[in-house]
Amino acid sequence: MDPITTSTLCIGGIGLASAAALAVAEKYLSVPQDPRIGKVTEMLPGANCGGCGYAGCADYARAIVADNAECNLCAPGGPACAQAIAAFLGRAAAAMERRVAIVLCCGDDTEALRRAAYNGIADCAAAQATAGGDKGCAYGCLGYGSCARVCPVNAIRIANGIAKVDKALCIACGKCVAACPRKLIKLVPAAAEIHVLCSSKDKGPAVKKVCGTGCIGCRICTKLADGAITMDGFLAVVDYAKPLTNEETVAKCPGHCIRKDAPPPTPNS
Amino acid sequence: MATIPSPHTFRGGIHPAYNKALAAAAPIRELPLPARLTVPMSQHLGAPAKPVVKAGDTVAGGQLVAEAAGFISAPVHAPAAGKVVAIEETLTASGRACAAVVIETAPEQVWQPLPTFPEWRFTDAKQLIEHIGAAGVVGMGGAGFPTRVKLSPPSDKPIDTVILNGAECEPYLTSDHRMMLEHAAEIRIGAEIIRHILGARSLRIAIEDNKPDAIAAMEKAFQDTDGDVAVTVLRTSYPQGSEKQQIFSVTGREVPRGGLPMDVGCVVENVSTAFAVFDAVVNGRPLVRRVITVTGDAIAQPANLLAPCGTLYSDLVAACGGVAGQAAKVISGGPMMGFAVSSLAVPTGKTASGLLLLSPKKISDFSSQACIACGRCVDACPMRLSPAELSQCIEADDIDGAEPLALMDCIECGSCAFVCPARRPLVHHMRRGKAVVMARRAAAKKTP
Repeated sequence: MDPITTSTLCIGGIGLASAAALAVAEKYLSVPQDPRIGKVTEMLPGANCGGCGYAGCADYARAIVADNAECNLCAPGGPACAQAIAAFLGRAAAAMERRVAIVLCCGDDTEALRRAAYNGIADCAAAQATAGGDKGCAYGCLGYGSCARVCPVNAIRIANGIAKVDKALCIACGKCVAACPRKLIKLVPAAAEIHVLCSSKDKGPAVKKVCGTGCIGCRICTKLADGAITMDGFLAVVDYAKPLTNEETVAKCPGHCIRKDAPPPTPNS
Repeated sequence: MATIPSPHTFRGGIHPAYNKALAAAAPIRELPLPARLTVPMSQHLGAPAKPVVKAGDTVAGGQLVAEAAGFISAPVHAPAAGKVVAIEETLTASGRACAAVVIETAPEQVWQPLPTFPEWRFTDAKQLIEHIGAAGVVGMGGAGFPTRVKLSPPSDKPIDTVILNGAECEPYLTSDHRMMLEHAAEIRIGAEIIRHILGARSLRIAIEDNKPDAIAAMEKAFQDTDGDVAVTVLRTSYPQGSEKQQIFSVTGREVPRGGLPMDVGCVVENVSTAFAVFDAVVNGRPLVRRVITVTGDAIAQPANLLAPCGTLYSDLVAACGGVAGQAAKVISGGPMMGFAVSSLAVPTGKTASGLLLLSPKKISDFSSQACIACGRCVDACPMRLSPAELSQCIEADDIDGAEPLALMDCIECGSCAFVCPARRPLVHHMRRGKAVVMARRAAAKKTP
């Protein structure tokens, strides 16, 4: 027999024997699995971002089917996905609100002071560990992009020394929230348009010294916002549970840190 | 009493430009008492001290203002008499914020001494250890490990050798050098007290061979000391003053991984710490001041200043004639292991050995490149680590991969970054990696 035939027969033989072994194993060793899990996995977007709190889409699907987990936890899938899964499983469709991440700091390099030249590793936690970071403000965005590096959909960009989230791309997985050493990133309802883009808890004069666009704790906005903005010490904080539409809050903010942005395009449009 | 060359020298290390001539000839000068002292609660390794005074209190010099908050901690005393005006947050040289007792010093100085033990040779070791702890003495070489803890090794770890660390291998710094020249007799008594407490047979005074005058001064001071006493002349090499490297250079013993000097029967104390021990035991003076070298090419008159702990760096600079030209970088400590500070409104502490002001021409602005795998950092590392591999693991956030490569053994001496031709911030990577591991361990301790 020539070498080609020998090797073809050998490899083919091994393949056939293995296939037979696998077939037998499939019949006798298979673990019964709810077929709905596979179907639900297919319905999920497959981003494996972990934003739902489970170890990827397959694990979340298993949790929905087997552990009765809520089916509205998938941020990338959005309401459409939640409804489809609910309908498939014959459950009541839970309401779902799309959320996005937002960086609560608008003190870019034009407005905010840097008190030192930092030329260490480009990582926010490392910068923070070096004499508390180079930013004059102890609360502001350092801009070394630790959030941008963990974002699975590249929704965060560093522009002029601060991080900015692209609302349209954000899937609200929450990885950036955990990555920020200064805890500046929050998940907020995507429909909300007016935000206080400052996290400084310092008093007004201290804020003014280091940033041209920080919250000085003047409380003007709280009077205009009808309860949707409350004070946390010297910092105005938006209560996203309440509607905030009064655009006067934006116009009258002397620190110019209350800003309005356009709502993102809805995923289905 | 003998003078012997060191029988061994640790592996690796580097030879930076020492630049010690700037301040080495300047005798120790006492800083005029500043009007305001910001006394940090964290001047040592371990838990920050707990303030026992409040705003408005009048304190005498040497009075306890904060008590130790745990086993690894140290009390803090008022460096001068005056009025406590506030207890507020301050930034320390290392970049961390901590509470500080702010004292407005009084024109009339009253001093409240601690008990003294002139007959220390006949005093029980336990009593002396308690006294040294109560005087707030900590290691003054840099880390600030409470001396009380070092002096009380468990009974199954007998100490046979006390090493007095006068290596001062950090470039620019000369405070220990001046202490050895000007306070040799006091250092000798301090060293003998330490030896008496530990019951150690041998005493070695370790000094690098670039300080012949200090070697001569120590030889003279210790000439009639009983027992096995010798000045060990170390080869000038950085980091010769690092505890583990020095133990090897002096005794040939190697401290096991994760172990302490007591595991090989040694205790290493800085010469300034020995002076502080003398001051506490014989003079009843708590550790409230120290010698700080203010140097660099951007300071008008480099000097060795005896300053109370809690003096702002700005006061030190003013006392040295101010900034000459432009200071591009200000470093608390030496250039190898010190911390760059962004403000002079930072107080000194028990571990502040130097303040370095460098002009723009001494600072190179560089960007780091990728590792070229040349292996120079491996040759330089005195702990026999592989900084290149470690830093790449940490850069990739693979802390689990870095830990088995002995990440936690890194002493952050900076030798690797010094020799790196790609100018990689290797020590910075190590510090970040170590911080992550420490945070993980702390979290694991909390949730068993």
